[in-house]
Amino acid sequence: MSDEINVDKVMDLKGLPCPMPVVKVSKGIKDVEVGQVIQAISTDPGSLTDFPAWARTSGNEILKTEQNDEEFVFYIKRTA
Amino acid sequence: MENIEKQLNDLKSQVDALGQKIPGSKLSMIVFSGDLDKALASFIIATGAIAMGLEAVMFFTFWGTPILREKKKKVGGKDIMSKMFGFMLPKGASKVKLSKMNMGGMGTAMMKSLMKKKNVASLEEMIDMAGELGVKIYVCEMSMDLMGFKREEMIDYPGIEFCGVAKFLEEANGSKIQMFI
Repeated sequence: MSDEINVDKVMDLKGLPCPMPVVKVSKGIKDVEVGQVIQAISTDPGSLTDFPAWARTSGNEILKTEQNDEEFVFYIKRTA
Repeated sequence: MENIEKQLNDLKSQVDALGQKIPGSKLSMIVFSGDLDKALASFIIATGAIAMGLEAVMFFTFWGTPILREKKKKVGGKDIMSKMFGFMLPKGASKVKLSKMNMGGMGTAMMKSLMKKKNVASLEEMIDMAGELGVKIYVCEMSMDLMGFKREEMIDYPGIEFCGVAKFLEEANGSKIQMFI
């Protein structure tokens, strides 16, 4: 694939309900440098609205969102 | 020339004064209720706020105060009324009950087991998480005094402080979001 995103850190948030996915990602993103990318995998359907809201408020960027079966995969670039 | 400089300085000080009046990216919350459901919601919002890059400040007052009692701590030297309050009110986060469907404790127990099953963090876990994330907690001194609680019987929460209404209002005045739960 040509649009393959380079992932610097993977976060498994499967089975975690609100507010944990967002809380964990906000902590985890500090482990990568500005410009690097986190892949976050969540099973909480609320994440679909929560992650974009979190990214807009915290000033980070969601590059791509994938949905496979019950899983939601977010590619988040640390920009703040 | 001199006049322009003076005007510039005047403007500067006005901008500085305005800057102090703009509310910061902060959430101030009063936790008045002592119910499990409302306490949970409070901590979910507060920890969520930190995740969003906001500051979060919680003020525990009235029925909210007993949530922060430490189950294992015992203090002596209380008068009869204080002892009675201490006995009647929940001793810490693990003893707090639901506001609806408590059914003599059965409903709360059912809710707790359901929460465990669904991986929802307990109130105790949420308090630990809030401390780790840096949610600031203030406790109303007057409520403590009224109910006969002593500082020594409260949880060891990082940076916990005891205050009055002025401290809350100062924080609320500088917050974009204010809540009363």
